[in-house]
Amino acid sequence: MTGTFVGMPTFPSAARTALADTQLRHNLAHATGVIRGKRAAVVGEVENWEDLRLAGAAVKDRALRSLDSRLVELEESLTARGAVVHWARDADEANRIVVEVARAHAVDEVVKVKSMVTQEIGLNEALEAEGIAAWETDLAELIVQLGGDLPSHILVPAIHRNRAEIREIFRRRMGEVGRPAPDDLTDEPAVLAGAAREHLREKFLRAKLAVSGANFAVADSGTLVVVESEGNGRMCLTLPDVLVSIVGIEKVVPTWAELDPLIRLLPRSSTGERMNPYTSTWTGITPGDGPQEVHVVLLDNGRTRALADETGRQALRCIRCSACLNVCPVYERTGGHAYGSVYPGPIGAILNPLLKGTGDPQTDSLPYASSLCGACFEACPVRIDIPEVLVHLRAKVVDGHRDDRVPKPEALAFRGAAWAFADPGRLGRAERLSSVAGRVLRRRGKASLGRLPGPGGAWTDARDLPVPPAESFRDWWKRTDGGERE
Amino acid sequence: MTSARDEVLGRVRAALRDVEGADEPVVAPPGAAAPAGTSLVEHFAERVADYRATVVQCPPDGLAAAVAAALPDGARVVVPVGLPDVVLAGIASPVVDDALSAADLDAIDAVVTCARVGIAETGTIVLDHAPDQGRRVISLVPDRHVCIVYADQVVADVPDAFPLLDPVRPLTWISGPSATSDIELDRVEGVHGPRHLHVIVVDESS
Repeated sequence: MTGTFVGMPTFPSAARTALADTQLRHNLAHATGVIRGKRAAVVGEVENWEDLRLAGAAVKDRALRSLDSRLVELEESLTARGAVVHWARDADEANRIVVEVARAHAVDEVVKVKSMVTQEIGLNEALEAEGIAAWETDLAELIVQLGGDLPSHILVPAIHRNRAEIREIFRRRMGEVGRPAPDDLTDEPAVLAGAAREHLREKFLRAKLAVSGANFAVADSGTLVVVESEGNGRMCLTLPDVLVSIVGIEKVVPTWAELDPLIRLLPRSSTGERMNPYTSTWTGITPGDGPQEVHVVLLDNGRTRALADETGRQALRCIRCSACLNVCPVYERTGGHAYGSVYPGPIGAILNPLLKGTGDPQTDSLPYASSLCGACFEACPVRIDIPEVLVHLRAKVVDGHRDDRVPKPEALAFRGAAWAFADPGRLGRAERLSSVAGRVLRRRGKASLGRLPGPGGAWTDARDLPVPPAESFRDWWKRTDGGERE
Repeated sequence: MTSARDEVLGRVRAALRDVEGADEPVVAPPGAAAPAGTSLVEHFAERVADYRATVVQCPPDGLAAAVAAALPDGARVVVPVGLPDVVLAGIASPVVDDALSAADLDAIDAVVTCARVGIAETGTIVLDHAPDQGRRVISLVPDRHVCIVYADQVVADVPDAFPLLDPVRPLTWISGPSATSDIELDRVEGVHGPRHLHVIVVDESS
């Protein structure tokens, strides 16, 4: 029922398809523009926003610098409060743990809080394969799931769908999986939200098992935090008897007090609100209140690979606010699907190669999905220098091709340039050759070279390549004695 | 065979070989104060109302009347076991929560609770689910939440709230009614949580 990102084309070819979709581009421009405006207004209200960013980055760095002992501390505090802690090396292991908990309680359905990490590990598909239905309860995730579609934004996964499309999806699909949409369903957002409320309420009331992620996991107290808007998170975290939370190991915050700057940074950066409608925190089991069996799965799935990368490890500070998507000129035009991952946009362009490693053509295309304009770094509430990591990862991608038997044209061109630049005589001869070409072309009245043939065409498709100058700098210097005799 | 725990921790340690730990907790910058000429309580009331919640202020002896006015006629109302008598006085026939099931609560129209902290800058109410607030579920399933905040519970900003909250208790931070902007970013109040949030601020000076 749900789509999957497996086997997606590389960014440039996926982007070409997305750019041809005018409806998509209209939806994206509207959505990113609205969120950008809201964010700018509430961030502008905070006098010491820069200090707050520094504090947020410092808190996450502090947790990451001694992540081993923080994780052990988190495990101890969780266990002391009645939670069962599991560890998972990868997606399969985490999925198996959830399946086992579901089997132990003989359930054939679970309700889910919107969670990036469960999408990353493909939990819904893994549960489906075991005959267990996973119901997404966030409105946008519900739209994506019922539409058999893929999320395209971290915060608003159905950003690529308009109200008319959503009405159609609800009318067609709701009845197949539960309470049908009412006959008089209109495309008013309030009416559509009302239909989702009715459809999901019966699922909330009967659910025995819920699965969540966590925005933060506090090591010293053992507290997990879920930040949300709709109340579907509260429903899942409160009503079922059993709760399984899958937590990436980078979600750790050292102490309860250090949660403060992150709670101040996240909603303003994410939805552009002073505070999100609901934040739930819970620490293991509370007798008589909420789930009485609580599991926490601490997941690696590539995070330690990212942690080992000295330049790249800052990406693990990410609190999944999606501010970088909304300010990105590339994301605004292509949307999230082109990135071929649950983590799209600038953060996805670095997070995917860091988590998965480079070497696969799709992943390797992502660090190039950027103009390096730097808007993402400016917007990031935890100061991840995304352009720096993009450049670092481009170098890794190139390094991965050093021993290719057939070198890329770009590599050949640079090898030639290196050969010429390595010797002043060679450079001089090369320059004279290009001056001759320049004079000939200029005499024919050409100011630019037009479209180059062969591999050079990729460069000149969208840019003018000026004709070479008639005189090289060194010839000019010699002729004029460094400008003295001009 | 190494356990997943040992292997993950081993990978973390290997990844951090070149890194020194950081021992001193991070001190975050201070939060905002109420704007000049505005009291903390006024600032709080204004910010909560900004989320399209209903906010009323009343003196302590007007509390029962304010609670009664917040509840529609004939509403079935659930209350936590520890709700103070002065609040109960405003409710016609309260149902005291005695481990009610979710289905029971689904048939109830409103809930009345106290709160632990009010945060002025962000217009947030924090429940720590003490006996005057009850289990998390009672302030979630009914469609109308009437919440009482005393003036001396209001703090200026998020950092002032943290030391007052015990992380061992479950906490619910509420900023306006449940909302979504998932459809074309049009904000809709009310999805799964209470669609109506009615805040009564009890203030000597009002």
